[in-house]
Amino acid sequence: MSASTIIFYILAAITLGGAILAVTSPKIFRSAIYLLFSLIGIAGLYFWLNYEFIAAVQVVVYVGGIVVLIIFSIFLTAGAGGDMKDPVKVRSLFAGLACLAGYCMVYFVIQRSEFIPALQPSIGSEVKTIGEQMLSTTTHGYLLPFELVSMLLLAAMVGCIVIAIKTRTAK
Amino acid sequence: MKDIGLSHFLIVSTMLFFIGVYGFLTRRNMITMLMSIELILNSCNINFIAFNKYLFPHRLDGTFFVLFSIAIAAAEAAVAIAIIINLYRARKSIDAEDADSLRL
Repeated sequence: MSASTIIFYILAAITLGGAILAVTSPKIFRSAIYLLFSLIGIAGLYFWLNYEFIAAVQVVVYVGGIVVLIIFSIFLTAGAGGDMKDPVKVRSLFAGLACLAGYCMVYFVIQRSEFIPALQPSIGSEVKTIGEQMLSTTTHGYLLPFELVSMLLLAAMVGCIVIAIKTRTAK
Repeated sequence: MKDIGLSHFLIVSTMLFFIGVYGFLTRRNMITMLMSIELILNSCNINFIAFNKYLFPHRLDGTFFVLFSIAIAAAEAAVAIAIIINLYRARKSIDAEDADSLRL
């Protein structure tokens, strides 16, 4: 068993353990912190695959952005200390059974299917290659989706302000 | 012990997906439901990157899908949290079962 195999299993254990604790922890703030560990584990998996740029984006956007946003909203709404209400027993039993059944089904499909890799040499995932292809207008260029995502982010930003703004009630 | 291949990553992402689904079905608090959705989205991202790495190393399409999916997830989380905060102002609760009407 080589070192990289062991590192993969450690990263997978951090990811899955964090995820399980995040969906079962009774305290909402701890749940957010476990989610943080899970997302860092996923970034580690991207590093393991040599996709450094994606791993950096994962850390910056998810860990630095979304989890901080979630923690802010916890402080603005629920408060950090108290326990949440327990989930309904019957509901969690059937949800667990359904998830187990779904997992078994997908597991058998993965075990039975054969994956045939393409034989062309790897072009790597350097930032230079990604940037050039993302902004190119030729075949396999991604300029149009890039611009669409920028418009989506602008619309989401304006929408957030409009939704969350405090309207002064008329006296 | 065989080498780590594509199926290992697919199994990790499947587990993550169903953990997220379990959380989404059992939690009643809207912020924790949002966290479960983030887990589900991340499991899809792992799949994209693993397929790109192991099956199509001469292309970058999986990388771009993950980049756009992260951007859209950030926008989605921001809008969802704005809605949750607005709902909390009106109802003083973020329980999903208290949000039973579209008007404030």
